[in-house]
Amino acid sequence: MKAALRRFGPRAALRRFGPRRLEPESPLRLVLLLCSFALTGYAGLRLLSGDWFGILLWIVGAAILHDLVLLPLYALADRAVGAALPAAARWINHVRVPVFLSGLLLLVWFPLILGRQERRYENATGLSADVFWPRWLLITAGLFAASAVWLAIRVVIRVWRRRPGPRRGAPAAGERKPPAGPARPSRP
Amino acid sequence: MSHPPRTHRDRRALWRSPLRGPWLTSVFGVILLFGLPVLFVTGLLSYAAYNPELSPVNDQTPDKGLLGFYLFTWPTNPSWLYRVNQGVHVTLGIVLVPVLLAKLWSVIPKLFTWPPVRSVGHGLERLSLLALVGGGLFEFATGVLNVQLDYIFPGSFYPLHFYGAWIFMAALVVHVALRFPTMVRALRSRDLRAELRTRAHDTTPEPPDETGLVSPQPAAPTMSRRGALAMVGTGSFALLVVTAGQSIGGSLRETAVLAPHGRNPGSGPNGFQINKTTMAVGIRARDIGPDWRLTVRGTTGRETVLTREQLLRLPRHGAALPIACVEGWSTSDQRWDGVRLADLAALVGHADRPPRVLVESVQRHGSFRRVVLSDVQVRDPRSLLALRVNGADLSPDHGYPARVIVPGAPGVHNTKWVGRLTFGNFEETA
Repeated sequence: MKAALRRFGPRAALRRFGPRRLEPESPLRLVLLLCSFALTGYAGLRLLSGDWFGILLWIVGAAILHDLVLLPLYALADRAVGAALPAAARWINHVRVPVFLSGLLLLVWFPLILGRQERRYENATGLSADVFWPRWLLITAGLFAASAVWLAIRVVIRVWRRRPGPRRGAPAAGERKPPAGPARPSRP
Repeated sequence: MSHPPRTHRDRRALWRSPLRGPWLTSVFGVILLFGLPVLFVTGLLSYAAYNPELSPVNDQTPDKGLLGFYLFTWPTNPSWLYRVNQGVHVTLGIVLVPVLLAKLWSVIPKLFTWPPVRSVGHGLERLSLLALVGGGLFEFATGVLNVQLDYIFPGSFYPLHFYGAWIFMAALVVHVALRFPTMVRALRSRDLRAELRTRAHDTTPEPPDETGLVSPQPAAPTMSRRGALAMVGTGSFALLVVTAGQSIGGSLRETAVLAPHGRNPGSGPNGFQINKTTMAVGIRARDIGPDWRLTVRGTTGRETVLTREQLLRLPRHGAALPIACVEGWSTSDQRWDGVRLADLAALVGHADRPPRVLVESVQRHGSFRRVVLSDVQVRDPRSLLALRVNGADLSPDHGYPARVIVPGAPGVHNTKWVGRLTFGNFEETA
């Protein structure tokens, strides 16, 4: 049992199938890929039995749209915000995080939020479809408000800590001492 | 600190985040490694729940061949089986969206490696990655759109999502096999707890390695790795909060503020979720008025036609059962009251061991006008032709004059506005 574990256990597998053994041209790697393509072909023939062009367009298009349009777009937007803010703005994440969360909710629930199938939705569920966009706006407003409050609290705490004076600004014994070694670098 | 040699065409320098690196990618990867198999298995189970082997009427993905190897007769116990399965499938799928996006974000420099194809093996792997990324996004997109009734995808949801899942899984298995050792090494390279204590301004890039994920020209950090993980985690949590209530039901339903079934249509005994109103499927008043009749037929050629009053005089039974939809919402148990399917089978000569039944609705359109229920489903004493719910008559939108309710079955198999039951062998093309 132990010998078997040594030969076939996870460590042995790691050794055997480690990245070195799976160089791009290693036979095992090619066999794995070909097996995967066989299954893709089998399922793909069935998947593409309808509007094959439309389906291919969707699958390849999804990868292209995400990798070459959406992702560069939000990377650029992020960089633009970073460039627009004063150097080393410590509050960039107070913009970044609510934008990300709000955008994420929109990305997942956009058909409802934008009312794309309003009639169909109301027919199917017996519910009104016009509640979603106000809710999303409210959530977005709430996220930004929470982020702003959080930023305000951080600023107040920092100001309070830096305030000169023997008692109020001084840290309580044992607390808030900067760690040994290089002190927290002060921002230029 | 030496980077791998760069050629003048190296486009990786485009990507400057100091957070990208094998460790961060592996953290997202390991979450997906647990999540995606759950999605796959619950998805296959969901398909099995339709009992597609029973009849072409039930089969939403014809010609599945070997891909239907795991099909089995769907059980009626526990009655919440489909409810939990589908709630997990849809809610988890939605919750994993930010993790999927973060994982793709973390590996984007790989898309621009140069030369794009170094060898046959490398070319094949990149082709497989196209199936992985395209197939994965396709699965998530079709799922998210279907839940919101936005049928813009090119074909019927069931075969697209089903065969697409197999293509995605084929690429995922090979991707995991090729990358697993790298992932394990990367996860071991940094201490998670130390990482969770590191602030933004102490964050340094991961040391360059052969993965090519680490930026050769990293920008100054504006966010820590713990910040990035927290942001993605908060995204997942936010989606969970605005979604899960439609599946959990009860007082939590209202918390699902962005999900399609986060509210109840009205109050009272019939104030619970509907997925097709009479209007949506073209039911006219006279289809379900006093002239409505239920035709029950058996193999022996025996047939009986019943009015609603006659049905109400048959021995009636109660059952507390949920309704759960493929789209991920469900109701808590409703108290149904009606005639057992087994008793109706007995009326037409199937007193012992009643067989399967073809259920036909009076509705004019919609893909689930007809379904076949298995003998296991017919024989369960809780399987009813329901006439009343929660102490009141069914509302028209809930299937008045009579609907089927079966424990553990997908919502669309709980046929509403039933007009005909055919037990045993039947002409499926009728």
